[in-house]
Amino acid sequence: ENVDPQKTAFLLRKAWTLYSVTPLYRFHRARLRDYARLLSAFIAAEKQKGLAVEVGVELDIKVTVSSLADLRGSEQDAAAVLVQLSLRSQASSRNSEDKLVWSGWFCSVYGDDLSKNVPEDFTCLPLFLTHGAESYTSMVGSWFQKTFDCCFRRLAISPLNLSWMAAMWAGCKLDRAACAVELVFSVPRLSHPLDISYAIHPEDAKALWDTIQKTPGEITQEEVDVFMECLYAHFHRHFKIHLSATKLVKVSTAVASAHCDGIVKILQSQYLPGVLMLLTELAISQIQ
Amino acid sequence: HLATSLPLPSERDHFRPRIDLIVFMIDIKSKYSLKNVEASLAHVDATFFLGKVCFLVTGVGRVNACSIDTSAVCRLGEAYCSPVLFCELELEGVRVATAQRLLRILQICAGRIPEVSALSFVSLMRSSDDD
Repeated sequence: ENVDPQKTAFLLRKAWTLYSVTPLYRFHRARLRDYARLLSAFIAAEKQKGLAVEVGVELDIKVTVSSLADLRGSEQDAAAVLVQLSLRSQASSRNSEDKLVWSGWFCSVYGDDLSKNVPEDFTCLPLFLTHGAESYTSMVGSWFQKTFDCCFRRLAISPLNLSWMAAMWAGCKLDRAACAVELVFSVPRLSHPLDISYAIHPEDAKALWDTIQKTPGEITQEEVDVFMECLYAHFHRHFKIHLSATKLVKVSTAVASAHCDGIVKILQSQYLPGVLMLLTELAISQIQ
Repeated sequence: HLATSLPLPSERDHFRPRIDLIVFMIDIKSKYSLKNVEASLAHVDATFFLGKVCFLVTGVGRVNACSIDTSAVCRLGEAYCSPVLFCELELEGVRVATAQRLLRILQICAGRIPEVSALSFVSLMRSSDDD
């Protein structure tokens, strides 16, 4: 559980698009370099076919596939796998570095519910997070699907799950002065789309949660419901609008932010395992 | 007859025909609809809960838009001894099938089906849920 903050710094403050992935068949950790080479060849071939990312520009993509040993929940979890695509620098000077254009990583944090039921040949890494152009995501995804017989699906986050995140993250203890807890609601059935943004002072939100949560470290659905009800009631008192009739689409806190389309940004390294554990759980329930 | 909440306005009481069945509709995308139903239940006479009430949860096709914990709705059904039906109104086939089910339940509640009372029917539905 002790994740080296330096190794995981690259994960923070980036908007990651979430996918659920079914178990990978015959994925061998010793062959990561081979996989990088095969994926690189696959991408080059796709470009030849005319599926190039940018028209008219010669792109030489370097692929690295590495294992992140620390990024896991328990010993039962497979260690995370990171795939990075970089543009090979054209100039030969020593100062020019390869430019990172796309990253994607597979992980499992306390994904026992899935891994315990799966035969030996399979590696369970149900959560896949990507950052970068969609065209690269689909190329990498296609290669993994062909090579390991797995299936990727965008992971959407329901309003119910977003409200869990709001309660959990608003209640986190943070040393420095934090940013506001912001909830964004989309109002249904209107001719013009309308979004309502509700910002709450982080100390007020934490104080509210602290009065509701009975057992530290444990959260129940009832407690989350009460937390949201209080926020809705407060809003209704002032604006006469029932937020409970709208759709919660985005939650932003100082710990992390999440959007219902399955986009997440993690801001605090100390809460990284907690956030990943929740996302792993969502990925697993989408697979099952 | 459709109403957005209970109690029904008392002005029209003497025009109203006998009520055989109350279907409480809960939209899975709206927490507000659940709160509204919970508040309206308080205005229903206890005798209705002997088979003349059922809960209809709509919008279940869209798992990703779910704002309500479905186990809470099932507990509501258990607490009020009434069946909970799930449907997706946007799918025509399901919509038609659900309407047919409700019509059947209504026929039983109105006493139109000989030898089946509302009470015996609801206890039949409950024992199949437990299985």
